[in-house]
Amino acid sequence: MTDGQTEGAQASVSLGTSHFREANERVRAALATADVVELRDVFAQRYLGCALPAGKRLEIRGVPGNDMACYLDGGSIEVFGNAQDQIGNTMNGGSVVIHGRCGDAAGYAMRGGRIFVRDGCGWRVGIHMKQFEDRCPAIVIGGDAGSFLGEYLAGGVIVLMGSPGEYLATGMHGGVIYLREPLDPDAVPEGLVLEPVDADDRTVLADLLGEYNDHFAADLGAPVDATGEGYWRLRPASSRPYAALYAS
Amino acid sequence: MHTRESLREGAVRIPSGCAIAGIMDRTGARHDGGDILRSIALMHDRGNGLGGGFAAYGIYPEYKDLYAFHVMYESQESRIETEAYLDTYFMCEKQERIPTEPVAAIKNPPDIWRYFAAPHPMRLNMSGLDESEYTMQHVFHINGKIDGAFVASSGKNMGAFKGVGYPEDIGEFYRIRDYDAWAWTAHGRFPTNTPGWWGGAHPFTLLNWSVVHNGEISSYDANRRYVEQFGYDCELQTDTEVIAYLFDLLARRHGFSQETAAHIMTASSWDEIDRMDPERAAYETALRIAYSSALVNGPFSVILGSDEGLLAINDRLKLRALMVGEKGPMTYLASEQAAIEVVCPDAENIRSIEGGVPFVVQLDEVAERKRRESAENRPAREKPCRHEVGVMPRKRKEA
Amino acid sequence: MVDYLLPRYKVLRDRDECTACGACVRACANGVHAIDEATGRLVADHAACVNCQRCVVMCPTAALAITRWPQVGAGSDNWTLEVMQDIAKQAQTGAVLLSSMGNPRDYPIYWDHLLLNASQVTNPSIDPLREPMETRVFLGSRPGMLKVNEREHAVLTPMPPQIRLDVPLMFSAMSFGSVSLNTQMALALAAKELGTYFNTGEGGLHRDLEPYADHAIVQVASGRFGVDPHYLNAGAAIEIKIGQGAKPGIGGHLPGEKINDEVSRTRMIPRGTDAISPAPHHDIYSIEDLRQLVFSLKEATLYRKPVAVKIAAVHNVAAIASGMARAGADIIVVDGFRGGTGAAPKRIRDNVGIPIELALAAVDQRLRDEGIRSTVSLVASGSIRSSADVVRAIALGADAVSIASAALIALGCHQCQDCSSGRCNWGIATQNPDLTKRLHPEAAAERVVNLVRGWTREVEEMMGGMGINAIDSLRGNRLMLRGIGLNDKELEILGVKYAGE
Repeated sequence: MTDGQTEGAQASVSLGTSHFREANERVRAALATADVVELRDVFAQRYLGCALPAGKRLEIRGVPGNDMACYLDGGSIEVFGNAQDQIGNTMNGGSVVIHGRCGDAAGYAMRGGRIFVRDGCGWRVGIHMKQFEDRCPAIVIGGDAGSFLGEYLAGGVIVLMGSPGEYLATGMHGGVIYLREPLDPDAVPEGLVLEPVDADDRTVLADLLGEYNDHFAADLGAPVDATGEGYWRLRPASSRPYAALYAS
Repeated sequence: MHTRESLREGAVRIPSGCAIAGIMDRTGARHDGGDILRSIALMHDRGNGLGGGFAAYGIYPEYKDLYAFHVMYESQESRIETEAYLDTYFMCEKQERIPTEPVAAIKNPPDIWRYFAAPHPMRLNMSGLDESEYTMQHVFHINGKIDGAFVASSGKNMGAFKGVGYPEDIGEFYRIRDYDAWAWTAHGRFPTNTPGWWGGAHPFTLLNWSVVHNGEISSYDANRRYVEQFGYDCELQTDTEVIAYLFDLLARRHGFSQETAAHIMTASSWDEIDRMDPERAAYETALRIAYSSALVNGPFSVILGSDEGLLAINDRLKLRALMVGEKGPMTYLASEQAAIEVVCPDAENIRSIEGGVPFVVQLDEVAERKRRESAENRPAREKPCRHEVGVMPRKRKEA
Repeated sequence: MVDYLLPRYKVLRDRDECTACGACVRACANGVHAIDEATGRLVADHAACVNCQRCVVMCPTAALAITRWPQVGAGSDNWTLEVMQDIAKQAQTGAVLLSSMGNPRDYPIYWDHLLLNASQVTNPSIDPLREPMETRVFLGSRPGMLKVNEREHAVLTPMPPQIRLDVPLMFSAMSFGSVSLNTQMALALAAKELGTYFNTGEGGLHRDLEPYADHAIVQVASGRFGVDPHYLNAGAAIEIKIGQGAKPGIGGHLPGEKINDEVSRTRMIPRGTDAISPAPHHDIYSIEDLRQLVFSLKEATLYRKPVAVKIAAVHNVAAIASGMARAGADIIVVDGFRGGTGAAPKRIRDNVGIPIELALAAVDQRLRDEGIRSTVSLVASGSIRSSADVVRAIALGADAVSIASAALIALGCHQCQDCSSGRCNWGIATQNPDLTKRLHPEAAAERVVNLVRGWTREVEEMMGGMGINAIDSLRGNRLMLRGIGLNDKELEILGVKYAGE
């Protein structure tokens, strides 16, 4: 199908190597008449799904460019392959599903919605995520994470099934990180507390891991254990980690 | 006792007041320099004997397809160097000393030559420039880099005749009565200081443009720093020079009509724009925004000469005087009304040029052509990168 | 531990004039003044005084004055009292010293070494009271060349979005949280009245300010507080804050005690937690990443809003600014090292960055050398103190300037540099409702409007004196400036001649 061809509320757009500005215009045009738009032959076009509102959905085949799902505003994006850097930047709500891995700085400053990455992720993922009132962002990573995961974390939930890199959660002052692999006690960053999960945590985990399975069990050949058993919780000891740093 | 060398124009900025005049025959019929000489001479007291000059269009019909370079030399060496340079980049069909007449009031004139030349075809091709741009850059090179040489004019079938003195003396010196032109402009200058050299006199010309101007523009440095971005080096530090460059940028490079170029330089006031209908206001606003630094401010009246005809413009507040009168195909422009009537006692429709409203008179054939043309501006070929791109850092090359 | 710190100020009370009315007690949130129960006389806790001068202004009998603590140093110009007090403070706390407002130290103020021109004889000065005088400025990027249809008066080149300023100045970013809502409201009201813009800072746009969103520039900084599609599309323009003159290279830190319900809702973060802005944007580690963020904002606003990028004036500012223009910034904002702040580490504030005058001159010239000055707008900020500074900045090359400290001083700020305490007695840098109510938005806006109207009149007078009737012709017109008391290098960087030349 080419541009403008719609099937019910669906449309399909082939992007090829077109420039992002043209590509996004075509995507917006397609979304104006269809709630679900499939993007084919995607090659590095940036900002796909920028500020996509609730009720709209993109299905992406190829390699979406940086800043995919930036300012995502309730829409849903599913990538059948890997994603590049900075997905879900300052994301406000909605859902991003990556059938593969994602690059650096995913979920930067996100305050709502969920990002599911089937495999691993790059460095500095989940930096400065924050939560507010009923909005609690979540990132679920099926593989290993690069260093600085959850730096400055101010809210929200990160679930990591593989191993974290160095400098995990430095400056974390809110939110929670669930790790499937326990940390060596010496490796727990200063100011943070590592504890076994409790029943409430397991409820949160069951929800997120269950959704992970919904997306990826078929890809993986089997679902992951979604009970949350055996996970560890990393949380800040204080929401004011720097209160004594300054004197005026 | 040692004598102190006076500062030359270019090293300092010299404010000037002036008289200006212009005469044109729309049909293209040519007239000798007698009338323009009488017209500018009448305004003797608006100048102070420190600068006068003329521009004439249509004077070299036998060489009309060649650039006519009028070049002033201070020394034999500067001429040798310039001619070698011209020989490298142009093919000269004819070169000669410009005929002059000894005049008692004219002291120490330079050696003045003219060359009829075409750009060297292979070098032009290799430069990636169009012919005008190519010629302009070489004129800039001679004026900026060859000591003691100055290109007074560089257009086709036109020329500038100028120097230090009263315009009537300069006119006699150059024997301008011997030339026939369809358009003449003249300038009598009142600089506050001696400009010290002949090249600084007016008209200022570049390619086919010539500008005579009266007044000191207060936006000078804003305009200068704007055009210098695009390769116009303001060597002379005069208003006339920067106005000529603005016209070249807007009319030749950006392809606007001269009228629109002049309108950009004397843009509608925001008060006026706010009263316009939204479409017109958007047009005027876009012009003001994009060409904000081309706005010319302060008192000025200008006569622009070109191969199309004459254009006269006054500043937005009309702080300078400029009159126009007509008689049949003839148009007369002058700072003072009497300077029109002295050469055309029965001139009709004598009136002053309004502030900020360009007055345009074109050759009939040009006007006819323009009527048929699209009203969209046609920019000159994409200007090449003015920054040199080499293969090594400049310092290492020089060391 | 014995406290080695001396008071900084001493409260002088004229006992003959004092009526013990208690106005000073009520005025001071620092608890300096108290009535001695035993004697009924007023006493002062000098050490608590920050010299905000609220009590001096409020005292009905003019009985109060604040003086420097009379202790002299030990005679060393090297180990001054201030240096030793800082050491004592750090010896006591082990903390990073925090202060507020702009760099107060005795570095050269180049504005004061630039003299303005006026017309005499060779061209006329213009009387702005009787002749038209244009101060309108548009900010945004623009094509270097326009394509038009001259007969139909139609513009064929797509014009990038612009914002229109009726006066050549705006208010710089001050976030809700660092200043009170009443302060922001006052600036919003003033901006609307004056035909200019206030800047939300990175604290989001409070719902009470939404009616003034047409006059708001919404800021996107590293913490992305309050940033969502609605916010981005609400304002007239978007500003990416990379840095700020008072604290180049470091992030922000709004302490949890200032995050009350309203601040929390506007920033979209929980009440009481620290609001930390990372030092860098973690999606910008290089100039091409800036381009990525600029265009993500343009995509999010369908290319309808100009995107400004603000940087602190640092050593390599000219090259950085040129890169910003090439990265798609429509407006380049350069903030000099005297720019104010609600809180900055004192050593950063006092030692990092360069003066705006030199930075502005260097940036403007570099953009011209690159042939791109006319395609981008340039805004200067960082201690514009008077209309003469505005004129100088524009003559050096700015399209417009931003002011913040001057606007706050109009609201009552006395530059006591204690904003970070949250006890601003003028109701500006505080969230304490007892203090914020001291600042009435309408009355405060009137002061700011008066200030800017006065400045604008003065700008017009100075332009008229130069024979210029449109601010377009002042921009970059460096011949209107002459240096005084400057060395050759300074003249070269500023691109001005010496007085008398």
